[in-house]
Amino acid sequence: MTAVRQGRAQPALDLSPKVSDEIRKTTCYMCACRCGINVHLRDGKVRYIEGNRDHPVNKGVLCAKGSAGIMQHYAPSRLRKPLLRVGERGKGEFKEIEWEEALSLATEWLKPVRASDPKKLAFFTGRDQSQALTGWWAQQFGTPNFAAHGGFCSVNMAAAGIYTMGGAFWEFGSPDWERTKLFVVFGVAEDHDSNPIKMGLSRLKARGAKIVSVNPVRTGYSAIADQWLGVRPGTDGLLVLSLIHELLRNRSVDLDYLIRYTNVPWLVVEDDGLFARDAEGKALVQDRASGTLKPFDAKDVKPSLHGTVTLPDGRKARPVFELMAETYLDERYAPERVAEETGIAADHIVALAEELARVAFEEEITIEQPWVDWKGERHERFIGRPVSMHAMRGISAHSNGFQTCRAIHVLQILLGSVDCPGGFRYKPPYPKPPAVHPRPAGKLGEVAANQPLTGAPLGYPLGPEDLLVDEAGQPLRIDKAYSWEAPLSAHGLMHMVISNAYAGDPYPVDVLFMYMANMAWNSSMNSRGVMEMLEAKDPETGEYRIPKIIYADAYASEMVAYSDLVLPDTTYLERHDCISLLDRPICEPDAVADSIRWPVVEPDRDVRGFQSVLIDLGGRLGLPGFVESDGTPRYRDYADYMVRHERKPGVGPLAGWRGEDGEDWGTGAPNPDQLQRYIDNGGFWTGEIPEEALYFKFANAAYQDFAVRMGFYNASQPMVFQLYLETLQKFRLAAEGRAQPQPPEHLRERIAECFTPLPSWYAPFEQAHLEEGDYPLHAITQRPMAMYHSWGSQNAWLRQIHSSNPLFVPGPLYDELGLEPGDWVWVTSHHGRIKVPAARMEAVNDRTVWTWNAIGKRAGAWELSPSAPEAKKGFLLNHLIHELLPPKGDGLRWSNSDPITGQAAWYDLRVRIEKAPADEAAVSEPQVPGQARFAGMPVPPRELRYGQEWDEGTDA
Amino acid sequence: MTSLPQQTDKKLGLVIDLDICVGCHACVVSCKEWNTGGYGAALSDQDPYGDHVSGSWLNRVHSYEAGEGANARVVHFPKSCLHCDDAPCVTVCPTGASYKRSEDGIVLVNEDRCIGCGLCAWACPYGAREMDVAEGVMKKCTLCVDRIYNDNIPEEDRVPACVRSCPANARHFGDLADPGSEVSLMVLARGGFDLMPEQGTKPVNKYLPPRERPAEPSSCGKRSASERESTADATGFFRWLDQALERMG
Repeated sequence: MTAVRQGRAQPALDLSPKVSDEIRKTTCYMCACRCGINVHLRDGKVRYIEGNRDHPVNKGVLCAKGSAGIMQHYAPSRLRKPLLRVGERGKGEFKEIEWEEALSLATEWLKPVRASDPKKLAFFTGRDQSQALTGWWAQQFGTPNFAAHGGFCSVNMAAAGIYTMGGAFWEFGSPDWERTKLFVVFGVAEDHDSNPIKMGLSRLKARGAKIVSVNPVRTGYSAIADQWLGVRPGTDGLLVLSLIHELLRNRSVDLDYLIRYTNVPWLVVEDDGLFARDAEGKALVQDRASGTLKPFDAKDVKPSLHGTVTLPDGRKARPVFELMAETYLDERYAPERVAEETGIAADHIVALAEELARVAFEEEITIEQPWVDWKGERHERFIGRPVSMHAMRGISAHSNGFQTCRAIHVLQILLGSVDCPGGFRYKPPYPKPPAVHPRPAGKLGEVAANQPLTGAPLGYPLGPEDLLVDEAGQPLRIDKAYSWEAPLSAHGLMHMVISNAYAGDPYPVDVLFMYMANMAWNSSMNSRGVMEMLEAKDPETGEYRIPKIIYADAYASEMVAYSDLVLPDTTYLERHDCISLLDRPICEPDAVADSIRWPVVEPDRDVRGFQSVLIDLGGRLGLPGFVESDGTPRYRDYADYMVRHERKPGVGPLAGWRGEDGEDWGTGAPNPDQLQRYIDNGGFWTGEIPEEALYFKFANAAYQDFAVRMGFYNASQPMVFQLYLETLQKFRLAAEGRAQPQPPEHLRERIAECFTPLPSWYAPFEQAHLEEGDYPLHAITQRPMAMYHSWGSQNAWLRQIHSSNPLFVPGPLYDELGLEPGDWVWVTSHHGRIKVPAARMEAVNDRTVWTWNAIGKRAGAWELSPSAPEAKKGFLLNHLIHELLPPKGDGLRWSNSDPITGQAAWYDLRVRIEKAPADEAAVSEPQVPGQARFAGMPVPPRELRYGQEWDEGTDA
Repeated sequence: MTSLPQQTDKKLGLVIDLDICVGCHACVVSCKEWNTGGYGAALSDQDPYGDHVSGSWLNRVHSYEAGEGANARVVHFPKSCLHCDDAPCVTVCPTGASYKRSEDGIVLVNEDRCIGCGLCAWACPYGAREMDVAEGVMKKCTLCVDRIYNDNIPEEDRVPACVRSCPANARHFGDLADPGSEVSLMVLARGGFDLMPEQGTKPVNKYLPPRERPAEPSSCGKRSASERESTADATGFFRWLDQALERMG
């Protein structure tokens, strides 16, 4: 043995090497989570990105995406300069132009649209975190045709939550991670939201709380759950209604909570299903002692929950609770009856219902903090039912998602677990009842040349009178949002814009203006079809069916290749942004919070932040609010807007350090130093909610006062939970021909069936249109934790984690098909056929196949090699999904969406699979012809040695 | 051949909780990000935007499936150098490049002496070492030796990057030679175990097993299906309701 070195002779190491020259704190944008990050800079380069320990969202931690920010920021796929298309659409043939030419051209295209018919501009903004600006811009332009991507992401969650309880999962609320004892998570893959769920699950584990996951696939969060219910996709609603059946059967409901805070005592008129109301329009209840009718908010009323009442006008009415008991105690919701459909054994349903009740009622927790409710009654303490729930995409992306999400909220409310200690807790500015939100603007006659809209394009309708339809009941918006096809489409229907504009149904558009929305690939159903629509020309004129496409993006995505004019955006480290209370806030249940992004490094390319470009265009177009009275631009750029813009007096994009001296928060005059105060504080601001206002916010007088002080709303707005949703019943009455306006004939049956005012379950539409035996399998996607939609593949580090995606096939089926490792399968839906690599998996519902989301790429996109695995082995299920349901012989093609909200129903997909012949090439199908490298884009390096210049040797 | 110290003053290492690791890869990327600009040569990536992308990493997460049917689940298993007491990667090193620090037990590669022969990688039973193709030297977990003692970093952050970033708090850092340290107590309480003890490498890092889960269903139904009352007209429920409301006054 030739011992060279003993321990004592170790090399001397520099144990305190220099890390960075400076740390700049901003907000991550590697996904939608909006964590705080510390960006370490060295020699003008990004040395390291870590989580900000002080930040309310991530409290110091950071996920794989966030840590890979360096590779996103320096990715070769970054666009470098404005581009003008020179070849045919889709080819990727552009020339570089100067910004002045680009902005002049955009103005030249947009000005005549506004001067003639503003709705001929369709402005849709994808994964936009600045909707308070972009929506306001659309409003000032005068087009109702605005939305972001919520229509195919999560509108069912947002809308069901807002209508039922004035808040919703994720951004509008969160489980009480510190106190909950039983957590049930429905349809959450690995995301939404990213770090807070991981941090929360860890807290639950540390405290020994139980985690139950309801999900067809047992990966990610489901993998560490204490119990997994491998539900059949699209049947969660039936499972939840069966749990409600069991709670009622066992008398395990919180009657006191229900009477105080919900509409269960409200009287429903038998004749029309609407609430009995007094002369002032207030819903009536029957007082138990006196038998008299009183408004629901009368101070000393003790309402009845049971029994038929005769109203003064002779009509009969019954309390909501009686209708609920009759509906949900029906044997069709008995666990034994739903077991086959849901794939969950009756014993498990019975046991879960018992456990929910046991934890809620036998493990009650209290916080000794007196508080006063909106009726003026003092409570000595906050009483907590430590059961909480969370739900996301697996609930929302089904055609029954709105009702399913409502069912989950009703379950939470029956247990008394909304906004109590240990339950689901609101994040400000929620709760916010639907009536406090605006109605959608853009009614017939309101869209006019050179005129702004009277209000915001997106809102929450309260009945058919708020729809955006013409006299014949036809849609007024390009995406048909707020029409009879999708009445409560609070986030619009981005996924229908291109197909509708292509078809000229309800009308053609002149300009399609998009931001950060990869519609020519993974953000559309029927991706190939959408590409063809973008390529399609009018045979008579030779012009494109969609004449002009302006697109802003930071990266060389598939959608860029389909654009006529490309406005290159910055990376997230080079830009200003505000994560605003007017938009999608980052508040926590205990605190109000907002944050900024600011340029922690300067762009090395000729790119501009999209929001600043939009403000520039607003000035050039002379849009109201964007110009001074003399026509000069009002705002220099987005940073200037963030500080000086006021939506109403004292309320601006940022809530912290307002007032001329920066001492106010919530409301106050603009403060010229506001951004510096944010930067000095780590890029964010928080304001604590008073102790007595922390729970029962929907009914808590102190919270309501706080919310008014903050400018969330103008007057106290307590939310009475709407277990029975009268808005839906109004649509049904119209469908039955008993109220005006009325839906087109062909939609009446569907509205009458699906718009039940109490949550119901119906089979997802796609399967209802198909013969079960032809397409026996469900096919769904999960988003991997290390990737955010299509963005991850351009990232040299993240693509080493996922560069292709197999189709996971349940073990028994895999064996039955004789599949072996390395085999490929053909997957067939009613719409298309794809060939994909297969992999065996046990931990999946036995009637479900699945894959990772958005790994497949078009050849040549994102500056990847045209033969990269993402293009040759990766695939999208999108090719199998159509915007429309299969024909069912009625001569109509129905939208593949939730009939209530228009949410894209891409989890409804049904398929069959077969083994691909061994002699076929190992390449995924379809192979779409590739896109060219755009003008001015660099040839990506063959090797990366990031940080090599900081190597100081290992033997100091 | 290179000698190991007789004993080390401390045994710094990681305790990784398999009960809570959700397989998010935060530790993997955070490690890469810190170390590519830190100790030794960069962690290079070959063909980063091409057909055969690969790179050197000091920490990876492997995912396995275990169990069948309703008991099947995915197990995420993060793996990096375990800083073994009897580290075969050190004793096999022909140049003295690989060594174990006597003060804290961290196993390191002195890249100035590494000739890239790869013997250590062959000797490691865990596959925890990776050759950097660009530099031609062996890379491995340093336990962020350039963080944990670094005066330029706030004290609370003087932990390995993987521990600092883990969103699920599944990674813990400390002195496993000190029976009173938090990590040692955690190992004791949770039945922490050595990876592949039969290899005789005496790894310092420990894994905490998934916690026992309650049998499913976790409670049995109070009434079996055949004993269930009919709920068809809800009359029993309404009787209860009336009484319950009366009690509420």
